[in-house]
Amino acid sequence: MNTLHLSVGFIPLVDAAPLIVAHEMGFAESEGLSLDLVRAPSWSTVRDMLAFGRVEAAHMLAPVPIARAIGLGGGGPSFDAVSVLSVNGTVIGANLDLAARVRDNGGDFADAAATGRALIAASQGRLRIGVPFPFSMHAELLYYWLSALGLPAPQEVDIRTVPPPLMAEAIRAGDIDAFCVGEPWGSIAVEGGVGELLLPGAAIWQFAPEKVLAVRSDWAAEEVVPRDRLIRAVWRAGRWLADPSSHTTAAEILSRPEYLNLPAEVIDRALCGRLTVTGRGEVREVARFMEFHEGAATFPWRSQAAWIGRQLSARMGLDRAEAVDAARGVFRTDYYRQALRGASADLPGASEKVEGSLSAPTAVGSESGQLVLLPDTFFDRRIFDLDAQK
Amino acid sequence: MTNRLSIVVVEEDKSRSDLIVDSLRAAGDFDIVVISERTSLARRISERGPDIVLIDISNPSRDMLEELTIASGPLERPVAMFVDRSENSLTRAAIEAGVSAYVVDGLQADRLKPILDAAMTRFQMFRRMRTELEATKRALEERKVIDRAKGLLMKAKGISEEEAYALLRRTAMDQNRKVAQVAEALVTTAGLLS
Repeated sequence: MNTLHLSVGFIPLVDAAPLIVAHEMGFAESEGLSLDLVRAPSWSTVRDMLAFGRVEAAHMLAPVPIARAIGLGGGGPSFDAVSVLSVNGTVIGANLDLAARVRDNGGDFADAAATGRALIAASQGRLRIGVPFPFSMHAELLYYWLSALGLPAPQEVDIRTVPPPLMAEAIRAGDIDAFCVGEPWGSIAVEGGVGELLLPGAAIWQFAPEKVLAVRSDWAAEEVVPRDRLIRAVWRAGRWLADPSSHTTAAEILSRPEYLNLPAEVIDRALCGRLTVTGRGEVREVARFMEFHEGAATFPWRSQAAWIGRQLSARMGLDRAEAVDAARGVFRTDYYRQALRGASADLPGASEKVEGSLSAPTAVGSESGQLVLLPDTFFDRRIFDLDAQK
Repeated sequence: MTNRLSIVVVEEDKSRSDLIVDSLRAAGDFDIVVISERTSLARRISERGPDIVLIDISNPSRDMLEELTIASGPLERPVAMFVDRSENSLTRAAIEAGVSAYVVDGLQADRLKPILDAAMTRFQMFRRMRTELEATKRALEERKVIDRAKGLLMKAKGISEEEAYALLRRTAMDQNRKVAQVAEALVTTAGLLS
């Protein structure tokens, strides 16, 4: 097998792990790939590097390729999400004063409704919340959560873009009151003594696609061999990451200067789902805080893309049916299936599901028998049925 | 009403922003403002309401500017990264040089070109200076190692400085390596044996 070279862009976050592990643990090599990982300082840089051919693939916020497909967030070539890289993994936090008031008002780390109501009650004036990027699951989860609890978002709340490494600084400077960010940057705010964690993103939606493996659509259509190899290498890396005995090694690798350049102990918290939520050392365990494999985590469900497209278009005042349609086409279940058939991956029989309908682990029909999907409910028990949207 | 283009340059390093401003002034008559603080960047820029924002591609605050591009209304304005896509070579050059321009309002590509050209020249000059500095540093370090290796040889073999250097050179040529590498190996070995 001849070795193919691919450049892949990533942002220093724990959920870049599947790409880093694919490279470091030899999963890429065994697929005949040699990866050149390019660390980028911002999401707009990753997006541009991918758009203009500096990299062939990228670690990307799930809503970015969808926003592009519906005409938001800059022109240029369209992107495909050929795999989900991770599910969940974001965390909501606030400055110390606000966090104390949220607690006094009945905030509970495991209860999105209670914490949300407490946050709204505790806010003095318009809430200012930092997110990493305008098109991100962080922003979508916040809008969904706050709107459902009666705070019209985005109208009554100020969602501001703050790059993750600057989040703690923005809290300290008083630019924002709260944040929703990917790990380890929430934990870094706790470590720095400027913030506390209030709620894991998974408490809002139990199975939210967080990052995707994005490529240019024209590249995906033409470069079938490297595309399939990359999907497989990343899938194998995700399976390795899902094994608890891999966490220590993974944290050590991610902590290296060329990747996150942060202490392994802080990175390990997200991988194990054991978060230190206050400066006093209180620890909370979160099941599936960040999932790389179980429950077909990396399967790019078209219904997940449709949900993102619906939320984006509703907020931006675009035609919803058109947006949902365009979004569905971005998550390439077809490429994913083609790459993983025969790679001992069990693939769901369907490419769409009713999002929010699984309240317990559920066995569903798969290509080779049965596959267990994990709970995917929204905190307010609403369901998103694609057929009902049509 | 003025017809001058307004440009905001986002750059924390004063000497760097000064150079960029100088080269922009040389390229045309623009209304230029420099923002050096990174807190509340989006607000500071929207207060100015510029036509163009210039920012280093590697500046992590770049994502804050994305808000501006959607705040001005999706789909209404050709809010674009860099230039429109037909100017692909210019865009690539801009990425290579490390400059990114945000067109905050609809704008003709030909008006943007001199600005990008001027900014790119400066960014590239900075990169060249950085590379030169690193090369100089490396050369100084190599020189130090070679001097130490020469000293070791002179003492061990009782030869002159010139002979010691000739010996290093000959060994390097025989082994198809650089003099500095041979010297480095010698110094390391001597350190182990002492």
